[in-house]
Amino acid sequence: MAEVPAIELKNITKTFGPIVANKDVCLVANRGEVLSILGENGSGKTTLMNMISGIYYPDHGQIFIDGKEVEIKSPKDAFNYKIGMIHQHFKLVDVFTATENIVLGLKDEGRYNLKKSAAKIKAIADLYGFVLDPNKKIYDMSVSEKQTVEIIKVLYRGADILILDEPTAVLTPQETRRLFSVLTRMKADGKTIIIITHKLNEVMEISDRVSVLRKGEYIGTVLTKETSESALTEMMVGKKVELNIDRSEPQNPEDRLIVAGLNCENREGVKVLDNVSFTAKSGEILGVAGIAGSGQRELLEAIAGLQRLESGSIIYNNPKTKEQENLRNKTPIQIRELGVRLSFVPEDRLGMGLVGNMDLTDNMMLRSYKKGHTAFLERSKPKELAEQIVEELEVATPSISTPVRRLSGGNVQKVLVGREIAAAPTVFMAAYPVRGLDINSSYLIYNLLNQQKEKGVSVIFVGEDLDVLIALCDRIVVLSSGKVTGIVDARKTTKEEVGLLMTKTFGDAEGGEK
Amino acid sequence: MNMLIQFIQRAVIQGTPLLFGSTGEILTEKSGHLNLGIPGIMYAGAISGVIGAFFYEDKVGAANINPLLAILIPLATSMLGSLLMGLIYCFLTVTLRANQNVTGLALTTFGVGLGNFFGGSLIKISGSDMPAITLSTTSKCFKTTLPFAESLGAFGKLFFSYSFLVYVAIIIAIVSSVILNRTRIGLHLRAVGENPATADAAGINVNRYKYFTTCIGSMIAGLGGLYYVMDYASGIWSNGGFGDRGWLAVAIVIFAIWRPNMAVPASILFGGLFIVYNYVSLPGMGIEAQELFKMLPYLVTLVVLIITSMREKRESQPPQSLGLSYFREER
Repeated sequence: MAEVPAIELKNITKTFGPIVANKDVCLVANRGEVLSILGENGSGKTTLMNMISGIYYPDHGQIFIDGKEVEIKSPKDAFNYKIGMIHQHFKLVDVFTATENIVLGLKDEGRYNLKKSAAKIKAIADLYGFVLDPNKKIYDMSVSEKQTVEIIKVLYRGADILILDEPTAVLTPQETRRLFSVLTRMKADGKTIIIITHKLNEVMEISDRVSVLRKGEYIGTVLTKETSESALTEMMVGKKVELNIDRSEPQNPEDRLIVAGLNCENREGVKVLDNVSFTAKSGEILGVAGIAGSGQRELLEAIAGLQRLESGSIIYNNPKTKEQENLRNKTPIQIRELGVRLSFVPEDRLGMGLVGNMDLTDNMMLRSYKKGHTAFLERSKPKELAEQIVEELEVATPSISTPVRRLSGGNVQKVLVGREIAAAPTVFMAAYPVRGLDINSSYLIYNLLNQQKEKGVSVIFVGEDLDVLIALCDRIVVLSSGKVTGIVDARKTTKEEVGLLMTKTFGDAEGGEK
Repeated sequence: MNMLIQFIQRAVIQGTPLLFGSTGEILTEKSGHLNLGIPGIMYAGAISGVIGAFFYEDKVGAANINPLLAILIPLATSMLGSLLMGLIYCFLTVTLRANQNVTGLALTTFGVGLGNFFGGSLIKISGSDMPAITLSTTSKCFKTTLPFAESLGAFGKLFFSYSFLVYVAIIIAIVSSVILNRTRIGLHLRAVGENPATADAAGINVNRYKYFTTCIGSMIAGLGGLYYVMDYASGIWSNGGFGDRGWLAVAIVIFAIWRPNMAVPASILFGGLFIVYNYVSLPGMGIEAQELFKMLPYLVTLVVLIITSMREKRESQPPQSLGLSYFREER
């Protein structure tokens, strides 16, 4: 029997302004198979799937379902083609029951009768082996139960093609196992299942075929049984790119920050830092690598005193007094006074650190408003500092009284980094300082970090691009789901090694200290 | 005993404009829009009704009024007026995504100004010496009560002695409750107010729901203004007479924890609290103490707010995305 693909994508391209999210992506998924879409963060996996489920519309390219070309303009169109997507961030109404959430948006189904719907939901749950109480409210549910609601929601609508966006990211290993057994049953039932993931072991376990994306481009598709984790990693991270970042040898490194056994839970009670230990030395750049959301933010915030910890200690060797101090007992202001500086650039850029509607001088004052001797704010020094940063770092701004939000991304970064560096830190933490910057601005930031390193500052650099991490840092701590899966020497490591450590999950991790 | 019955009766009458206002506001808030323009909309609803009645009376003369038309015309103009106010609010907050608080407050100022302007104009046209318009004939039509109420004694007085708009208010509140909780439309509406992104992903037209409920809510609230002039005030419009009933209606929304059926007893209670100072006399109580009694509705609202937030029951909280604009492309 000639296999007709359930869904086929041809040359799909999608751009957001100047950023190309997907470029000429081709993809095929058959009935009764599990296809994995593998790629790093920002490789365009989710964007691609959003185009199938009608959230975005492709700029170019065609989508075929059962061999026929279709246009998917809205989530409703996607339903009509029996496509259902389970988003990473659940789309559920908290105060509704499972049933109410599942029937939400359905129109032509006879009388509104929640009991009948609940019975149908129960039947679907039993068919595939889900455990779900249809009358339970969402806010009483665990993450795994919410996911079950999402999956049943698309099945209830009769979906034949299910797209799961990083379904295991939020699940415990046991829950993951249960999900996989359910997926296997659905596969046997003839459903097409597409899983977006970056966890290699899961790819190997559940999928029949794997399609790999890298930086928005389609790299290729392989049969799972004919490939290996290392071959997939290579496809995922690509060949090494030479960056030519000057890297000096660390000068008399001393232990500056000794982080031991940090544990931290988020509001939902999920562990975001799990027994994290490492040492940051003076005069070196310590890289932190990991898939987004692996605990980088919490780690930096913990050091800066902004994050509540369950347990662990952060010992700071004060170079001036030669005393050891535990930062865990200190307030964020005390920590800052010690010279531990955080330059964190979150997804929304201005979020922490700068205030968009204030001008450069005022933003400098965010760090100095407590200084000065009169009741009035002292503006002259911050103003000088702002002028100095503009000059030294070549910030392109009409004047220092321009609101920061009007500056381009790179200039915002320069202002932020410049201000923190001006305080002569002893520990300098920079998270994603080159996110969204062009090449020249990026190099300027790298040089700044290197200068700090040469001054004997302990620099902690959280980055996304493995090429940069390997070329810039001295050592790299790799985080995966809040655990340290390895600390590697950046001069000796390879992209594949770091990539494998990043995707390593609990269970198969067996120490990574090298 | 008679005093008590009279008090309850007055409480119901006082509560009715509040009930219209709060039902309208609850519906609007259920769609995720905090409409602080409700006082202005009620004011506009009142003056629109007055305008309709005024010109009808003027045209045919007070003697030849058709009772049915005398009710229908002010009803229609009142609803039209408040609908227009609702549309302004919707256009600003839904389509243009303006700040809801600011828009609402502006609309209240606007509505009150509008009412006073047209009220003043009508007074001028009528050539009255008093700063008021009297529409007693129309009011009489509105005040028609069930004929058998008198013969039923206390029971009749308590339950059947009111004009039709009182029953309309209660029916609207109860029907709204049923729609919200027992129908698909209600489910969709609640989803829009709780989590518009989810509703959108489920294929619900978020903006359409917001427009419809906000406009319908405005029209319901506007009836409260109409009831106030035509029934409570016996057809006498005077600028500023409506007072701060609109804000009380907004307070009832919280008191009724966003349930229209709860708004019925809540409104009657607030109506009672609003006038209780007329019925209590403590020894040595002067006129200045009345003002303290007038605080009661607000004090009760504060207590309810404290209790509901302490209980932390998710169902008694305001809709989750109340006051937030929804924009699909925002990520």
